[in-house]
Amino acid sequence: MAAAEGSKIDPMHQFLIEPVLGSHWVVGGYDLSFTNSALWMVLTLAALWLFMLGGMKRELVPGRWQAAVEGFTGFISGMLVSNIGPKGKRFVPYVFSLFMFILFANILGLLPFGIVPGVHPFTITSHLTVTGVLAIISFAIVLIVGFGRHGFHFFSLFVPHGTPPLMIPLIFVVELMSFLVRPFSLGLRLFVAMTAGHILLKVLAAFVVNGINLGGGYLALVSLPSLVLMVGITVLELLVAAIQAYVFALLTSVYLNDAVNLH
Amino acid sequence: MPQLSQVAATYASQIFWLLVTFGLLYFVVGRGMVPKIVSTVDAREARVEGDLAAAEAARRTADSTEAAWRAEMDAARAEAGAETAKAKAQATASAEAQVKAADADLAERLGQHDLAIANAKGQALANLENVAAEAAQDIVARIAGLTVGIDQAATAVREVRAHG
Repeated sequence: MAAAEGSKIDPMHQFLIEPVLGSHWVVGGYDLSFTNSALWMVLTLAALWLFMLGGMKRELVPGRWQAAVEGFTGFISGMLVSNIGPKGKRFVPYVFSLFMFILFANILGLLPFGIVPGVHPFTITSHLTVTGVLAIISFAIVLIVGFGRHGFHFFSLFVPHGTPPLMIPLIFVVELMSFLVRPFSLGLRLFVAMTAGHILLKVLAAFVVNGINLGGGYLALVSLPSLVLMVGITVLELLVAAIQAYVFALLTSVYLNDAVNLH
Repeated sequence: MPQLSQVAATYASQIFWLLVTFGLLYFVVGRGMVPKIVSTVDAREARVEGDLAAAEAARRTADSTEAAWRAEMDAARAEAGAETAKAKAQATASAEAQVKAADADLAERLGQHDLAIANAKGQALANLENVAAEAAQDIVARIAGLTVGIDQAATAVREVRAHG
């Protein structure tokens, strides 16, 4: 019976979206239910807001918490200034929000809240809808800034310096394609990294649980190595959580650099 | 994969709540808190820079004050040396003058004394001639029984003395 229960472990179940408390709110034909995904978005926002509140003491000599918050803001503004130049400071609020939101969402989804009965952690960044919307927001800002600053001259971004006149139509199409692919690559990269990591962890966890349920040699040969592997991969996933947030923010700032400075 | 199979049913809720939470995050945290934190850091950096500049300025002031003090001390020392030399020269000059005056005084007094001695000598010689004339008058009166005038006796004494 225990083994039968173990075999029910579905590595994809963690990504399932369900309305919290089972109620559906349909507004104007759209289902705007407060789902587990929305709950974890709110939790991410709350955790981030609390974290930032610790940095608002604004003391001359910062405490540890204030120093940590200032470290993050300094990291983002340093990244923007080194990629875009002094003009990049304008984008600190957006890129900081983006980076911290993804970072906190990634890490909150990875923390072992599942050991509390009834709590099901949910990684909002493992959903293409969420990462896609974030990528589209970034891409839209790049377009608005680019056309706002340079007008139709922004299209010169697609014709690199020194292109032979004969090649211009072809290069233009190629560059335009690579430009238009950006939001997809941006959104897919985060979604795939998060999803793959969580599936891997869940599959290994299923190995551990099934091995324990079968007992004996399975326990020693399957569960134990899987558990050791899980510990290592969890550490790796923490690293990936930070790196993916960094990559998303870094690529956004690189794209913003194109929009602000062209080539 | 629920991310794809559930899209049609959940996209509205996902997008709506993401826009609500991310919008709140952007406006409350990104727009509200981050600029304050950044300005705190900037103010601290400016303060540290200002303090460093003030310390540098204070150091420079101290250096210049010390240089001025040193120059003043050198000048005072030179002045004191010059004054000492002047006083020494003055003292030497006045001492010389005093010695010279004393020399002159002494020489004058010596001359006066020499004169007095010469006078006394002359007087004594004159007295001696008188005594010799009187003695010669006496001798002549006693031996020859002649009365010789004092002038005659004196002339005779003078003649004898002149012939040796």
